[in-house]
Amino acid sequence: MTKITYHTHDNKTHTIDVQNGLTVMEGAVQNDIPGIDADCGGGMACATCHVYVKEEWLDKLPAKEDGEEDMLDMAFEPKNNSRLSCQLIVSDELDGLEVNIPSKQG
Amino acid sequence: MNKTDVLIIGAGPTGLFCAHQLGIIGLSCEIVDNLDKAGGQCIELYPDKPIYDIPAVPECTGEELTNNLLKQIKPFNVKFHLNERVERLKKNESRWHVKTSGGVEFDVAAIVIAGGVGSFEPRKFSVKECEIFEGNSLFYSIKDKSIFKDKTISIFGGGDSALDWAIELSNTSKVNLIHRRDGFSGAESSVQKVKDLNEQGKLNLYTKYQMDSLSGDKQIETVKIKHDKGEIKEIKSDYVLGFFGLIMQLGPILDWGLNINKKTIEVNTENFETNVSGIFAIGDICTYPGKLKLILSGFHEGALAARGCFKYAKPDEKLRFEFTTTSKAAQERLGIKK
Repeated sequence: MTKITYHTHDNKTHTIDVQNGLTVMEGAVQNDIPGIDADCGGGMACATCHVYVKEEWLDKLPAKEDGEEDMLDMAFEPKNNSRLSCQLIVSDELDGLEVNIPSKQG
Repeated sequence: MNKTDVLIIGAGPTGLFCAHQLGIIGLSCEIVDNLDKAGGQCIELYPDKPIYDIPAVPECTGEELTNNLLKQIKPFNVKFHLNERVERLKKNESRWHVKTSGGVEFDVAAIVIAGGVGSFEPRKFSVKECEIFEGNSLFYSIKDKSIFKDKTISIFGGGDSALDWAIELSNTSKVNLIHRRDGFSGAESSVQKVKDLNEQGKLNLYTKYQMDSLSGDKQIETVKIKHDKGEIKEIKSDYVLGFFGLIMQLGPILDWGLNINKKTIEVNTENFETNVSGIFAIGDICTYPGKLKLILSGFHEGALAARGCFKYAKPDEKLRFEFTTTSKAAQERLGIKK
């Protein structure tokens, strides 16, 4: 289990134990954390699981695969620390990861 | 008024196969979809991506799957109503009266919602004042390009729509193309063309900028764009175009009195009927214990929902279960000559 902290737009903080191997997106959806729509179900085809990663974590995450940056073009208010949470697979290395969920996904 | 047995909402793979199953048991149907073509997510999100889990089809693309399904329902001459979104439902004695965004009306015995994750709508700018100008000097699609002649247009986005329109409109308008990063998702040849036009001074390319604000009296006059590093540029602009792809919205379905759970519709697994009798839901839009969002599950759900529609369409007849390999009636409906 790895601790992931989700900061939601209503200024609430949810720290969840997410099973390794799930994605940061699945961790949110399975625990009813609001703001992650994940319309396409994790296929990197919709940009509705967009999160802002806490700056200090940016370099520790696996690099973006082809296509993630293209999808982020479509996201709601993308920034330099934007990622698609369906592409972040939870592992021990991600223990303590903090992400902010945007006010909306579209 | 279009009178038919069943109205299918959504022309994705699930809706198309349900039309087949309705045809086999002798029911008529028509299909409404908000997109301009059949295929749903398969066509809109991943036409070229391979799918590996359609039973007995080791590999096919979203486009091939759609074309094969269309071929499979050809014998039934199903009427499609594309670019239409279903807006209103009204129960009229034992039948349903349905009206679409474009004013098309239906009189049907049952409704099958095969709406995926909702209807595709253009993704919009997050800047608030965009709403004020939308439809007058700010657009997310182009219906009449002649209005842009000799005007200054600011186009936002980095995909094929943004690049293609920037190239095309640069012939007759002053074009600014604004994109949030140096890389583009559109075709490499279009990216090169845009860069060439920028160097030749035929359009202005601003990368690492996003929209900051809009101002103008009745129409847009200036657009402020903000660089990654915080610098703000003000550019004169008569029109703003945003091309950020499509997002899926449940829309009016939310108002039909259906039991909704996390943006999906609850159904029973006997015939995929919702809590409202005569309204069925299949595919990604339905939910039940154990639901898998797979195309093959949608096919199964469509087969059962089609049979569930039968009692509403032909209340005085009894449906007999038959195989297409041996049923004369089914083969006749398929137009098979022996």
